[in-house]
Amino acid sequence: MYMRRSISSPLFTGLILAALFGLTNPARAQNDLLGDLEKQATDPLKREVVSATFKGTHVINSQSIETPGKGTLDFLIQHRFGTLNSGAYEFFGLDQAVLRLSFEYGLTDRLAIGVGRSSQEKTFDGFLKYKALQQTTGSRPMPVSVTLFASSAITTLKFNEPAVERTTASRVDYSYQVLIARKFSPGLSVQLMPTLIHRNYVAQSTMQNDVYAMGAALRQKLTKRLALTADYYYLLPGNTADTYRNALGVGVDIETGGHVFQLHLTNSRGMIEKFFVPQTDGNFFDGDIYFGFTVARSFTIKSNL
Amino acid sequence: MKRSFFLLVPALFLLAALTQAHAQGKYMTKTGQVSFFSTSPVEDIEAKNQQVAAVLDFSTSQLAFSLPVKAFVFKRTLMQEHFNENYMESDKFPKATFSGRFVAFDAATLATAGPHNVQVEGDLTLHGVKRPIQVPATVELKDGQLVALATFPVAPADYNIEIPLLVRNSIAKVVSVRVALTCQPVASAVGATTRPTK
Repeated sequence: MYMRRSISSPLFTGLILAALFGLTNPARAQNDLLGDLEKQATDPLKREVVSATFKGTHVINSQSIETPGKGTLDFLIQHRFGTLNSGAYEFFGLDQAVLRLSFEYGLTDRLAIGVGRSSQEKTFDGFLKYKALQQTTGSRPMPVSVTLFASSAITTLKFNEPAVERTTASRVDYSYQVLIARKFSPGLSVQLMPTLIHRNYVAQSTMQNDVYAMGAALRQKLTKRLALTADYYYLLPGNTADTYRNALGVGVDIETGGHVFQLHLTNSRGMIEKFFVPQTDGNFFDGDIYFGFTVARSFTIKSNL
Repeated sequence: MKRSFFLLVPALFLLAALTQAHAQGKYMTKTGQVSFFSTSPVEDIEAKNQQVAAVLDFSTSQLAFSLPVKAFVFKRTLMQEHFNENYMESDKFPKATFSGRFVAFDAATLATAGPHNVQVEGDLTLHGVKRPIQVPATVELKDGQLVALATFPVAPADYNIEIPLLVRNSIAKVVSVRVALTCQPVASAVGATTRPTK
């Protein structure tokens, strides 16, 4: 009797355990099916590219790290009125306007080409933009996005002094930038822009052919569809820095679905690097402020699907 | 001859037992497809997600889905950006999930060929909002793989997805969601030994 009990006891516990196991197992499966799936499906090492650091391909004056993306054609209309302090006769600047029209096309998700025409000095420009590095999340994340930008611009203005012989090469300027940006939070993005402008021809020998500048830009979202923007270029000491001013722009980005409207105030009249980096002469705090806007419209040339 | 026949019979039985185990087992995929369509007088919008993880367990009648919202691909890059940034807020709510069960479905019917209708009910979690839904679906066993299809409507407003006035005419009030999965059997304790390796 005594012996029998000692045998049946582990058997009995075993049965209870088996019953418990049999019961709890499907119950656990019911509750945790989604949890288990998430565990299996989520790869914690997966790196994800941070997107939409800036709303558009331009911040204000500057290009942003963004490109249109593969198969997308962006049409940009950039507009600058005259200075706000030009008085009532000029309707506070609205009587005058300079314009730049441009097309930007994404050959791949990283590489974009663009062409533009500014009414200022009747200038054509062409550029290449390449996303060399993209900010990522996940394991060993890439902290910043880096986009390389190279542009050349040619002035087609007729020159008044026939005495001065101007070759075609003397009409060409080049701009090189390394755009380094980080999206710190869904709302805040900051960009740094070391810049070199090379001018084949300058009017006076004291003027610099090569102008170096350091730019900075930021975007702070106020709501989902409204953001504050600013950009600034600091000219490195030299003749240009002594004669001209640092370009400053402040503005808002308004998104309406298919369009991005960018409204801004800046002391620069030009809208391409060769104008706004070495040739800005307005004093922002004296009211030499140009009101301007950029409208970008995207067209899908090649579908992603 | 006679001997091999004796071997064949249990082998056939074993095979039948295995398929039975299959039919009542667990199926899984990580590359399922979920797409959605919005039709309005202004424009048609379509997006496709090919990174859907799903598990369907016929032994417990349970099923679960999970997908990364950012993996939806649109025709237009800008639309995709807006979808993630403004509508789904994918940084805040990176995943959409569904957890539910088959209503009164006998797993044994899977053994017969052709698609079988089944009612699925459970909770859909989208944009951080969890709502109970009921979805008619079909399941079919094809070459050892489970093919599951479903189409159901989702109203963005139900999930606190705000659509601004300016584009309200371009986005449908009710979006049609289509699920298409091809799941591989998962080896369970009862042993689905013929699990295809991927």
